[in-house]
Amino acid sequence: MTGFEYLFQQLVNALSVGSLYALIAVGLSLIFGILRLSNFAHGDMMMIGAFATVLLTTSGLSFLLACLLGIAVAALAGVIIERVAYRPVRGAPDVTMLLTSLALTFILENLGILLFTASPRNFPLPDWMTKLWSLFDGRVTFTNINVLSVGLTLVSLLFLTWFMRRTTVGLGMRAAAEDLGAAQLVGVRVNRVIVVAFMLASAFAGLAGVLWAAQAGVVDPLMGFTPLLKAFVAAIIGGLGSLPGAVLGGYLLGALEVLIVAFLPPEVSPYRDAIVFGLLIGFLLLRPGGLLNVTREVKL
Amino acid sequence: MTRWWRLGVGLVLLALLAWLGPQFMPDYFVRVLIVMAVNVVLVSSLGLSNGFTGVFSLGHVGFVALGAYSSAILTLALDKKLAYLPDLLGWLAQIQLGFLPATLIAGLLCALVGLIVGAPLMRLNGNYVSVATLGFLIIVNVVLVNAESFTRGARTFTGIDTSTTLPWALGWMVLTLLILSRVAYSPFGRAMRATREDLIAAQGIGIRVLPTRLMAFIIGAFFAGVGGALYAHYLGSFSPATFYFALMVTQLAMLVVGGQGSLTGAAVGVVLVTLLSEVLRNLERGFSLGSLTLPPLYGVSQIVLGMVFILVMVYRPSGLLGDRELQLVDSSKASQGASPEQEAV
Repeated sequence: MTGFEYLFQQLVNALSVGSLYALIAVGLSLIFGILRLSNFAHGDMMMIGAFATVLLTTSGLSFLLACLLGIAVAALAGVIIERVAYRPVRGAPDVTMLLTSLALTFILENLGILLFTASPRNFPLPDWMTKLWSLFDGRVTFTNINVLSVGLTLVSLLFLTWFMRRTTVGLGMRAAAEDLGAAQLVGVRVNRVIVVAFMLASAFAGLAGVLWAAQAGVVDPLMGFTPLLKAFVAAIIGGLGSLPGAVLGGYLLGALEVLIVAFLPPEVSPYRDAIVFGLLIGFLLLRPGGLLNVTREVKL
Repeated sequence: MTRWWRLGVGLVLLALLAWLGPQFMPDYFVRVLIVMAVNVVLVSSLGLSNGFTGVFSLGHVGFVALGAYSSAILTLALDKKLAYLPDLLGWLAQIQLGFLPATLIAGLLCALVGLIVGAPLMRLNGNYVSVATLGFLIIVNVVLVNAESFTRGARTFTGIDTSTTLPWALGWMVLTLLILSRVAYSPFGRAMRATREDLIAAQGIGIRVLPTRLMAFIIGAFFAGVGGALYAHYLGSFSPATFYFALMVTQLAMLVVGGQGSLTGAAVGVVLVTLLSEVLRNLERGFSLGSLTLPPLYGVSQIVLGMVFILVMVYRPSGLLGDRELQLVDSSKASQGASPEQEAV
């Protein structure tokens, strides 16, 4: 294998995993920007989307329809948790909201274990999803899942950009992210804006959950935990609260993870996650506003 | 009447409980009491470092894990070390310490790590410090899973003597509460609370925020390590997964239910949450009532705990006690130097 092809294969891997981080991080950042809420339950929307897809497929629905409905279920779950858990603590100190979201993710994960047991289930995939493409005589390979991960992420992000720029609710979201109280004063219907934000963010998480499960081949109730934490790192690298920052951070983190495994000695790769979170701490200390330097008072 | 008499009575009662309890109570109750006492050590120290300074760290359980593993490696019998941890470093493989020195070393090690980790992290505020300290917890977990020659990796670390008896647990609990209440209600403790209430005002009156927060974090880390050592020698076997997200949420729930700004609150929270969990855990094994048979529903106790947690956050975010303390020592004018002490059992 020549150097170039090896690099190309790593680039494919980085794009594939980075897309999912970007997709999750952008939802996390959207909600944080408006409410200053670190939504730990965001990862569980992935789990809910993926599980709904599995259940619908095994009950006889066609795969694509099941995926769409699964994503819709995730969006609905996002709206429900906002109404039930987050709205009552809106405006409370940051720590109260953070603790609420930790408790919520604890509930959702244990509910998942209670309903579906902790052991992983197969994620049923139609044959066309796993079709293998190869370039350079099979020295660079990827599947339709990789193509879809990158493609659907780009489509979603373009849609989000359009939505934020061209719709009234999107304008309201940007106003609310600027200053929630002032937005309310000038007539932005804050409740509606927040519900739509949760709906969008959770649908993105649901899509990411389906793609993640397709890449892994299995679903389990704790599947959202690690990707969520990674998405946090991605969002902070880019600047928590900034949507372009979250996308940038997602792809950078994907690239970094692939680089660690591909180019560092094999003894190091088990410590990949430790390195990633070390990076998070470094970023918070040296450049708390992230790469895009979202200016907020975070440091002593 | 001297001002110490209530504390004295409390201590005598606890000593009686520690001495007589194991002889007259069923084993199950003794075990629940030990768990409670160990949790009071863990949660009250969490309360000191988080609730009193307002710097909400999610990394406490990382120190608990470090304390558990380091003390377990130190007390493991030499023949078991050879069997379970054949690749241990030379000098570690050849020493076997007693329970007390191992617990103290575990605490000091955690305090040292707390100094190293806290010095940069305590500069952060709000959400950022929580996420960063959660990062610390994950790093600890990754290292424990991968440092196989010290920890057996993700497999169960076993063969530890179950030395944490009721007197040990209660003794450490009393000592912890005495020290923490001394700290929390000293001028230093007042500085801690001032930085929580208003950072800028506290700086304005000359409080050095970083050293104040850092000291609270280090003290919290020390007792987290001690509690981890007690926990390890109560369980006898555990794995890195024992000291992870679920334990973190449970301890946060205990602190939040009782009241973040109060050591009594921490203890009350521990007692309430432990009782609730034990009752629910017995229910979730399934039972039959006449013709009605309930199947086992594992996980229900966790779900209920999570719901209680959210209800407290919504309806009583300052917890049951807020920042009130049960005062066992009279802190009237005559005893201004003395700090209010409290126990709960």
